Amino acid sequence: MTDNDATNDPRARVARQTGGASSAADGPFQATGMADPKMSARGVNVFYGAKQAINDVSIDVGMDNVVAFIGPSGCGKSTFLRTLNRMNDTIPSARVEGDIRLDGEDIYAARMDVVQLRARVGMVFQKPNPFPKSIFDNVAYGPRIHGLAAGKTELDEIVERSLQRAGLWNEVKDRLTDSGTALSGGQQQRLCIARAIAVDPEVILMDEPCSALDPIATAKIEELIHALRGQYAIVIVTHNMQQAARVSQRTAFFHLGTLVEYGATSDIFTNPRQEKTKDYITGRYG
Amino acid sequence: MSGDKAPVFHVDGSRTAPTDWTSDAMRKRIAKRYAAERRFKYLGLAAVVLSASFLVFLLWVMVGNGISGFQRTEVRLDVDFPALTGGAQAASLTGPQAGTAAASMDLPGVVSVAIEAEYGDSGAQIFSPGAWQIVRKKLLAEPSLIAAKRTLWLPASSELDIAMKESGNAKTEALLADLRGKNLVRTGFNDTFLTGSDATDPAQAGIWSAFKGSLMTMLVTVLLAFPIGVLAALYLEEYAPKNRWTDLIEVSINNLAAVPSIIFGLLGLVVFLNWMHLPRSAAIVGGLTLALMTMPIIVIAGRNAIKSVPPSIREAALGIGASPVQVVFHHVLPLALPGILTGTIIGMARALGETAPLLLIGMRAFIPTAPGGLTDPSTVLPVQIYLWSDEVNRGFVEKTSAAIIVLLLFLLTMNALAIYLRNKFETRW
Repeated sequence: MTDNDATNDPRARVARQTGGASSAADGPFQATGMADPKMSARGVNVFYGAKQAINDVSIDVGMDNVVAFIGPSGCGKSTFLRTLNRMNDTIPSARVEGDIRLDGEDIYAARMDVVQLRARVGMVFQKPNPFPKSIFDNVAYGPRIHGLAAGKTELDEIVERSLQRAGLWNEVKDRLTDSGTALSGGQQQRLCIARAIAVDPEVILMDEPCSALDPIATAKIEELIHALRGQYAIVIVTHNMQQAARVSQRTAFFHLGTLVEYGATSDIFTNPRQEKTKDYITGRYG
Repeated sequence: MSGDKAPVFHVDGSRTAPTDWTSDAMRKRIAKRYAAERRFKYLGLAAVVLSASFLVFLLWVMVGNGISGFQRTEVRLDVDFPALTGGAQAASLTGPQAGTAAASMDLPGVVSVAIEAEYGDSGAQIFSPGAWQIVRKKLLAEPSLIAAKRTLWLPASSELDIAMKESGNAKTEALLADLRGKNLVRTGFNDTFLTGSDATDPAQAGIWSAFKGSLMTMLVTVLLAFPIGVLAALYLEEYAPKNRWTDLIEVSINNLAAVPSIIFGLLGLVVFLNWMHLPRSAAIVGGLTLALMTMPIIVIAGRNAIKSVPPSIREAALGIGASPVQVVFHHVLPLALPGILTGTIIGMARALGETAPLLLIGMRAFIPTAPGGLTDPSTVLPVQIYLWSDEVNRGFVEKTSAAIIVLLLFLLTMNALAIYLRNKFETRW
């Protein structure tokens, strides 16, 4: 709780906003101090009713690298991911404490529009969940509700561009009117990514995007993540440590609702500083 | 058998003989299992056959009794219009004054004179008392008839009609035989039954006013119950906080769906007639009352349909920044619509067949003209059936069955429409 108090301290806030890491001196997040974080979380606690699912997590997510959240099942990595675009708001018993900022703007502030926030912080879910509509309508849905396209041609362009970025265009360009649910699992997941990209987000959150896919489809998604790196801040939750090693530049290891270690992926996998991280990486538990 | 197989070793070091899958006991058990399965299958089949045969029996009896309700016995009558109407002109029967002109001709008198001229004293027993109305209808449809002596086929009296279709008393049978011998009697299509209204004379009684009343009542019911029911279901599922108040509302709605319909009739009587002073016997009051009854059914079906929309679809929409209202109207409602429509079909079918609550709000009155609007006195098909089944005149027996056929056809059409809509909106994934 002392960390929490520290973050509520005005001086700590200033220090954080200017990119300093003074409040991080005693936590596991020494490595969180980033010059210009896209998203930053400080002292985040999440409760489901009386049960605490996330305990005092502070982390920075940058624009130029992919961040992987790893950890054993039930460690809170998905829960934490969902606080970043306020998807936990849909769970009545969930309560979030702490400070989460997108470009320095408090996303839990009263004046923050949650609808706009979710457009800026897109999400890809564990199970591919295309709408039972045509491929075109799936991708066009976001731009339509946010009024991003001025006309039909512009909408066509957005859809084509998004599908191309998601690496799906060549496979579906001749059947845009087919139902999105008629695609294979891997294609559906790339369609979901295209759908998220179509609203031009700044951050993309991926909640175990490959856990329902076969290895070939997984490889395609991973290639896609590589291709998207730099254009969006990407946070990916994964069970698969090899995947985290392959796609991410920074890795955060969660355990029992706390952030144990956060640092460059190469460091986490080759030279973990915490004993718990080492045990998990080496397969002692998980 | 089991000797040449390896024994099963257990953790505690003991060993037992491997399971012998071919032993007699095992075979018996398998045979018993198959027998149980067969038994269960035959029981199910028997249940289906039994209910199907009940349905076939019902339809058979209804159609058998009711089909004659769509036919009527007609007797030939020559009417010398120029002589009997004092040379009325065809031109007077056109235009807006045609009804008055026809009334001034004393058609009942004309017809009864014509009947007496042709059949003498027994004429009154041969023709329906309302036969002149057919003459009037024919004249208004075709005024040139009045220019000459015409041969018309007019509806026979109820007794003769029954004698023709089934059997009558000795006197009527003799009369019928006489008419048959002279080729003066025939069976025709009873268009009055489909176009007419309730009447004391079965030959004149028709289903149209009750049909129209049912149609208007159902319209009021669906226009009220469907949107209110769907909105209530959406609110309870998507917006309402889960607390003891919403639990209480849920229990109340479930109980409301099980309340006997006559109680809704009493409610309608007190609220719509006594407090709001809406017109008695009107389709609008019937529709309001039945809407109260149908709404809980739609709410319950709607909530279940909304619940069954996969949460992943909601998350997907929320995840790209759809507002809760957009999630509901773009995704949840379209996906839940087939289920909601199924509930609506059940509710509307129940409302269409409802009699008891409508009796209490006065829709059991004798209504000799079809209602012109929602506030006109009207009756509905099931009430009409109930009223006719109570009639003393034997002619109403077949009318009752025929009305039941009309009601069933109405129900089938309504359900077919709803099923068509449901399949149209159904999304597969």
